[in-house]
Amino acid sequence: MTFNQSRPAISATGLRKSFGDQVVLDGLDLDVRRGTVFSLLGANGAGKTTTVKILSTLIRADAGDVHVAGHDLAREPDAVRAAIGVTGQFSAVDNLLTGEENLLLMAALHHLGREEGRRRAAQLLDRFDLTEAGRKPASTYSGGMRRRLDLAMTLVGSPQVIFLDEPTTGLDPRSRRNMWQIIRDLVAGGVTVFLTTQYLEEADELADRIAVLDHGRVVAEGTAEELKRRIPGGHVRLRFADSQGLDAAMRVLGGQASRESDALALRVPSDGSLRALKTLIGRLDDRAVEVDELSVHTPDLDDVFLALTGAPTNEKVTPR
Amino acid sequence: MSADALAVPAPADLRFHPLRDSVTMLRRNLRRMLRYPSMTVMLVGMPVVFLLLFVYVFGGTLGAGLGGPVHGGAVAGRAAYANYVAPAIILMTVTATVQGTAISIAMDMTEGIVARFRTMHIARVSVLTGHVLGSLIQAMFSLAIVTGVALLVGFRPTAGLGGWLATAGFLMVVTFALVWLSVALGQVSRSVETASNLPMPLVLLPFLGSGFVPTDSMPAGLRWFAEYQPFTPIIETLRGLLMDKPIGNNGWIALAWCAVIALGGYVWSKRLFNRESSQ
Repeated sequence: MTFNQSRPAISATGLRKSFGDQVVLDGLDLDVRRGTVFSLLGANGAGKTTTVKILSTLIRADAGDVHVAGHDLAREPDAVRAAIGVTGQFSAVDNLLTGEENLLLMAALHHLGREEGRRRAAQLLDRFDLTEAGRKPASTYSGGMRRRLDLAMTLVGSPQVIFLDEPTTGLDPRSRRNMWQIIRDLVAGGVTVFLTTQYLEEADELADRIAVLDHGRVVAEGTAEELKRRIPGGHVRLRFADSQGLDAAMRVLGGQASRESDALALRVPSDGSLRALKTLIGRLDDRAVEVDELSVHTPDLDDVFLALTGAPTNEKVTPR
Repeated sequence: MSADALAVPAPADLRFHPLRDSVTMLRRNLRRMLRYPSMTVMLVGMPVVFLLLFVYVFGGTLGAGLGGPVHGGAVAGRAAYANYVAPAIILMTVTATVQGTAISIAMDMTEGIVARFRTMHIARVSVLTGHVLGSLIQAMFSLAIVTGVALLVGFRPTAGLGGWLATAGFLMVVTFALVWLSVALGQVSRSVETASNLPMPLVLLPFLGSGFVPTDSMPAGLRWFAEYQPFTPIIETLRGLLMDKPIGNNGWIALAWCAVIALGGYVWSKRLFNRESSQ
């Protein structure tokens, strides 16, 4: 039992995939515990969708050892398919069928009995707030409704592991929050969720662990807190009305402060605590330095992401 | 405790149910046809338009050129030509239907739903067999309408009950073969537009055979092609069965062609379906 519990829902080592001479995944390692949300974070083209396609048996990896729900992906793809559910980036609903018919189609393909299928469909329509729309064709649904139907279809077969490829891309803020709540409820029910996203906020909200994917490799992995701690991004930003103020502050703070390249502003490393702020303000006040504006920056996942993936905007953030 | 429940995966039943899944997919496709009737209307409409065109516009002249004892000018010619062209139009109904198959397969492939099917534990071939069965039913429906219109405009088959039953069975075999070919064509297309164009040769081939005029009226090269291409024995068999005439070797040649086309289409379709999506 303990052995089984510790066995991961998804484990991958040395996953590689190239399309032609374009290397998409370059030795990816993943380890996802059961009953958790694991988020794969990356920019467009980082290899997120390719990873999901491989893990969900849609395409084969060039190399690597993968187990999903305890089954070897290469040798037992059928057992993997029986254990997973996938909601891809592009909606996988039948537009000519109604929402209810889409769910009944899934129920029939999972070989549920007629009665059980109807019950399950009604249940899911209710849970995803689609009961009213259930008899209308899916082509008339809004983006958010379509995603909910898509996910509801994935859930008909009660999968153990669910892959969600950018489930909230293109949704309005309210639909996005609804989707987040749905995902939280799923995990509370014991399901493992593998989530890809380009929204740091989303990973921060949902994920137990986050892996940052860049150019086909995991460049960092950990909880949101762990990742944030890796980046010394906490600082106080001071803005001045003129260069005299700036120069005065530079003299007071010495090597502690760093100048921002394009503005009359200084950046002082700080943990943002009240005590640290009080000390800083006290020092500036003692010398009557005029500060136009003061703002406190704690590192967020954006800092982490930009620092780790070496995006060009990173240059501005790095202290000199 | 939820982890406990998950710790031991339920002993999943990994048997496949190809028949059950095929019926499910068939029901899906029939439902889609009902929701998208303009396609069916177009598929039935095309052969009907051709029938009217060839009987009423060209029929008087073409009938006179058929040879044989034609007395009474254009009217008699038209009547004779109606009998000559009807089997070709009936075959055209089949090719129009399979063109529809290619289109609906391509529509499926461009939508995400097939990717979903691929990640599910279902008998994969059922995605295709659902389309094949759906198209067979659609073809039967279209054939009944087109044959009815042909009878209205002067087609006078002399077949008895046996001849009609043999015709129906033969048409099912032909449809089955061409549908499998079309399932492959629909998959090989990258877009719905391509899918509607690729089966075009199937629609044109009856013209380059004995469908609309006897092959011996054609120039040598074309005549050679017309006599050896698969649609000529198919049309000759249909004509023989419907007009109660001897069909000679044509029946066996046609069935052999159907077997080759069906097998080729099936193998090609399966390979295409199992290939990886390249995105």
